[in-house]
Amino acid sequence: MSASDTHAMRRSQVETAPPSAIKLNINDQVRQLAVDPRTSLLDALREHLRLSGTKKGCDHGQCGACTVLINGRRVLSCLTLAVMHEDDEIMTIEGLGDPDHLHPMQRAFVECDGFQCGYCTPGQICSAVGMLAEVRAGWPSHVTTDVSSSRVALTDDEIRERMSGNICRCAAYPNIVAAIRGSAEGGAT
Amino acid sequence: MIGQAVNRVDGPLKATGRAAYAYEHWEAGQPLYGFIVGATIGKGRITRIDTEDAEGAPGVQLVMTYLNAPAQGPRDESIPFEYWRAQPMLTGPDIHFYGEPVALVVAETFEQARDAADLVEVEYRAGRGRFDFGEFEDDTYIPKTVNAGLPTDTAVGDFDAGFAGAEVKVDQQYTTPYEFSMPIEPNASMVAPHGDDDLVVYVSCQITDAARDSVAGTLMMDPERVHIVTPFVGGGFGSKLGIHSETILAAMAARALGRPVKVTLTRQQVFQLVGMRPTSSQRVRLGAGHDGRLAAIAHDVTMHTNPDVEYAEQTAATVRSLYAAPHRLTSHRLTALDLPRGTDVRAPGEAPGMLSVESAMDELADALGMDPVELRIRNEPTVDPERNVPYSDRHLVECLREGARRFGWENRPATPASVREGRWLIGYGMSAAIRGHFQGPTTVRVRLEPDGTAVIQTDMTDIGTGTYTILTQVGAEGLGLPLERVRIDLGRSDHPSSWGSGGSWGATNSSTAVHRACAALRTKLLDAALGDTRSPLHGQDPSAAVFSDGDVAIGGASEALREIVARHHPDGVEAEGQTRFMGDDPNYSDYSINTYGAHFAEVGVDADTAETRLRRMLSVFSVGRVFNPKTARSQLIGGMIWGVGAALEEEAVVDPRSGAFVNRDFAGYLVPVHGDIPADIDAVVLEGYDDKANPLGAKGIGEVGICGSGAAVANAVFNATGVRVRDFPITIEKLLPGLPAMV
Amino acid sequence: MRSFTYERATDTRAAVAAAAQPGAKFISGGTNLLDLMKLDIEYPSHLVDISRLPLRDIEELPDGGLRIGAQARNSDVAADPRVRTRYPVLSEALVSGASGQLRNKASTGGNLVQRTRCPYFYDTAAGCNKRDPGSGCAAIGGFNRIHAILGASESCIATHPSDMAVAMTALDAEIELLRADGSVRRVAITDFYRLPGDTPHIENVLGDDEMITGVLLPPPLPGRQIYRKVRDRASYEFALVSVAAVVSADRGTIREARVAFGGVAHKPWRSVEAEDALTDHPARMDTYRAAAEAALRGAVGRGDNDFKIELAKRTLCRTLAQAAGAS
Repeated sequence: MSASDTHAMRRSQVETAPPSAIKLNINDQVRQLAVDPRTSLLDALREHLRLSGTKKGCDHGQCGACTVLINGRRVLSCLTLAVMHEDDEIMTIEGLGDPDHLHPMQRAFVECDGFQCGYCTPGQICSAVGMLAEVRAGWPSHVTTDVSSSRVALTDDEIRERMSGNICRCAAYPNIVAAIRGSAEGGAT
Repeated sequence: MIGQAVNRVDGPLKATGRAAYAYEHWEAGQPLYGFIVGATIGKGRITRIDTEDAEGAPGVQLVMTYLNAPAQGPRDESIPFEYWRAQPMLTGPDIHFYGEPVALVVAETFEQARDAADLVEVEYRAGRGRFDFGEFEDDTYIPKTVNAGLPTDTAVGDFDAGFAGAEVKVDQQYTTPYEFSMPIEPNASMVAPHGDDDLVVYVSCQITDAARDSVAGTLMMDPERVHIVTPFVGGGFGSKLGIHSETILAAMAARALGRPVKVTLTRQQVFQLVGMRPTSSQRVRLGAGHDGRLAAIAHDVTMHTNPDVEYAEQTAATVRSLYAAPHRLTSHRLTALDLPRGTDVRAPGEAPGMLSVESAMDELADALGMDPVELRIRNEPTVDPERNVPYSDRHLVECLREGARRFGWENRPATPASVREGRWLIGYGMSAAIRGHFQGPTTVRVRLEPDGTAVIQTDMTDIGTGTYTILTQVGAEGLGLPLERVRIDLGRSDHPSSWGSGGSWGATNSSTAVHRACAALRTKLLDAALGDTRSPLHGQDPSAAVFSDGDVAIGGASEALREIVARHHPDGVEAEGQTRFMGDDPNYSDYSINTYGAHFAEVGVDADTAETRLRRMLSVFSVGRVFNPKTARSQLIGGMIWGVGAALEEEAVVDPRSGAFVNRDFAGYLVPVHGDIPADIDAVVLEGYDDKANPLGAKGIGEVGICGSGAAVANAVFNATGVRVRDFPITIEKLLPGLPAMV
Repeated sequence: MRSFTYERATDTRAAVAAAAQPGAKFISGGTNLLDLMKLDIEYPSHLVDISRLPLRDIEELPDGGLRIGAQARNSDVAADPRVRTRYPVLSEALVSGASGQLRNKASTGGNLVQRTRCPYFYDTAAGCNKRDPGSGCAAIGGFNRIHAILGASESCIATHPSDMAVAMTALDAEIELLRADGSVRRVAITDFYRLPGDTPHIENVLGDDEMITGVLLPPPLPGRQIYRKVRDRASYEFALVSVAAVVSADRGTIREARVAFGGVAHKPWRSVEAEDALTDHPARMDTYRAAAEAALRGAVGRGDNDFKIELAKRTLCRTLAQAAGAS
């Protein structure tokens, strides 16, 4: 609490705003919940809906562990509010597949040993799925030689740059790149 | 089964988000949420603490400070290892380091707890702290021992004379920064009251047994009433060997409220509350003849320690077994600073020590005009030069030669700063690797169920190291079962205890214990069958028994294990296997048991901006027998990448005015990202079997990957630029003044 | 994070009025605001969600320029074919920033007004005149490796962290602001940002009753555009120094140039001095060096960041060489 901030002002912001009743479309299911407006999408998933596959690594957009797909795009669920996502289609790691029905990207990660502790893994996988869609759409990246060209080749360098928002402290990076490359070549979406 | 590249058996759970980590257990019902308030001074005393606003905030159930925290057991230094000791929190108004917990706020929701934590008003009287390593570097003391009980100082021969008489000398000072383990799962715990006075503690930890004793000792409980549950751990790298404030505070709050409470550290708090690799200043002296043979080696290290919890990384210990030289000296000194405690961070001592020693070896090679690989080969010892015992199974030279061949070392630019490709200055570097192999007490129970499946139970953890997978392989091989009929049940303190995951001993400790338990179980099964007239194996020769595919066969007769169990042990049958403390195993005193490796790296340094990027890397290791080449390769590469980070990126900075870590998040404390690591990186493991280590011939691999790998990168930077940086990490400002003029 | 009320705006002018109330703030991508709210650095009492307002389009302008809606996501701007072909420096800057996930959320308007990454701004226990006017500047005398070398004051040495805004500065962008009364004004991006002076908490000229609705890019100069970002790791890091350069050269002579630096000042740093030193001069290294010296003439290091002066010069020289050499 800053010095210029009066006690009364601070107190006035303590009273919890009434919970917002919201509907979220998660993994093709409509889920109703009542959340404090302060609830991040990440905490709504983990603590309210008990979908703890989406991980909290830093809570500040600096690690990528909380990556989910919203309307097909990869985003960080820690830096957005649950109340902002009514009408959106949210896909989490649980929606991509389950242990008996692995999504091709999940299978590729298992096959290529694309993780060790597994904590960054759901974020890596969701990010990889979203990233491949971005490549298919021809989006440029920092390592794209000519951004004016609408064609992007899925080289290892492109994968590495585009996945750099997902930190893996076990440093499974080369295996993750192999998994994504293999999955893309296998036509995974 | 052992030695096969089996996929991780827990892979599908992890890849689908179904593996439950500490903060993600719901079986005890809806928990309350705790949020820690940290001190905003680095040294001094709380003069006033006002919790009224916080207590009145919506949803708040408890605000715990030193004024209302329960009495706790003391940190008992007679307990041999820190991780098993009590960790009392909120014990008084004194502040020992910045960020130290001063309150825990518990509320119905996370949002309420975080908000109310900000309403706890604390006033301090700040004292004068010792925060700056540089200022107090010379004000040292001599620790009794260094980490793992290793000797503080060693001396062989007459170093001063040997060094004085050497024809070629290196005498350099290196510094390494504070570094953090920083697994992506922050330290987290949920504690649920259970039964009369029991606690179920879901915690992200590496050593279940230590967590139990530490919680019990702090809360003054019978350890049997503390039930640690930690089936999945989101990385540890040393930072979860012990439990921390998150667990103790959650446990005290859960007991006070009679409800489950969970607490996670924020990422910023992880930088203040779990300890770090000490910063170090290292003098390395090497004296050699013109032929490259070392006459004298000295490694003298000064590090920081917390004044209350001494920690001395074994930074100078690695060189003791690395190269031959008649005159030798190593020493460790500590200066006490009012900072968080030093603690084990992956390859404690070995990583920063090898960074310096192997940089110095590169400097010596440069001074001699000798190939750095050849210099190392010339100094290969025949026996451990300080302990004067034979090596159990040393293959460093093979690693060096095989690595040089595979990497194309012969293409190394002979002259530094001589190769340029476009904007990039190109350089090659290499380093040797060595790390001690350790063994600790571990007990494992293997149980065969009447349906013919095996269950392996131990409190051992899998922190990403592959324990589930390799124990499945060892158990399947030991009982002759297909992999899918072996189930691994880890991370519960109610299971037989182990030394957990750490020190690169977890895999070999637990696998050896499983191997022995399976042998005992096979004997039980055979005894039952052979003595039973109903068995087709009745009266057969047990020494000819073959266990495979769920059956036991002797000659032409065979019987399913399921049948034997059902007939003789309708509730299942079990046996235990153990490993013992290495101090009680003569092999560990009669031999120098280590793992070895050789790292080769190619870097590019931007000729204009000094940005340094790894272009490729190859390391060759000798680690005895490998349980699973797939998971082993992953873990070794992971270690190598840690070395890359240490060489080029990782550095936590203390503000000497406050004692706080300034860059305490992942935006400021840089660890390697995908973009930093080329696809052309590989780890190769030589075939091996170390019969002195254990009956499986295997040794630990969790840390040898990081030993020396940073030096290979640093030496490549020198080769690329001609600039030698001895203050790690090697960042832009340190290279920039030495770059060529722009044309 | 303090409690707040939330509304999703459906009408642009109504949103401006709602956010003009005391304690109210806009939220769009949320990637910077929520980060700061979690740390009690920002504490709005009411959030007006403008992310779904119809301000996402990227449109052609009659003069051959482009208008980028304030709610266009960074990813969409970077991938827009018109931006990629006509303003590649902007695409390059955008994709060098943050990560794919963040760019998918971050809005154009939000990127412009993102706050500094000074670690002392982020530490509520440290003195920071930007966060808490009058409390001092802990970065002066502290760890200031990433801090400003140009245009700083004794009140504040923070830098603006945007890459996008640096490219827009080199492209002579204008920022379109809508008032609650419906009036619109346009401000040149160089006039939009302020230097810290003794009011570092006031970072730009955006009024409480205004909303950024778009960014206007005039037709680009002919010539080569390059964005060069220098950082410790290969990706996912803010710039130590960056350069956006647009260079129009003809038969070995530079006809016109635009130069802007990132990571060196409280705002994207347009260097008219460098541009003047380039115009009508031969496209060769001594010209670039003269431009670099001119650009950094008033630079002041604070200790840890001293190296950024030389780094900025070298980065500019190489970027100019590439931009002029290829045109």
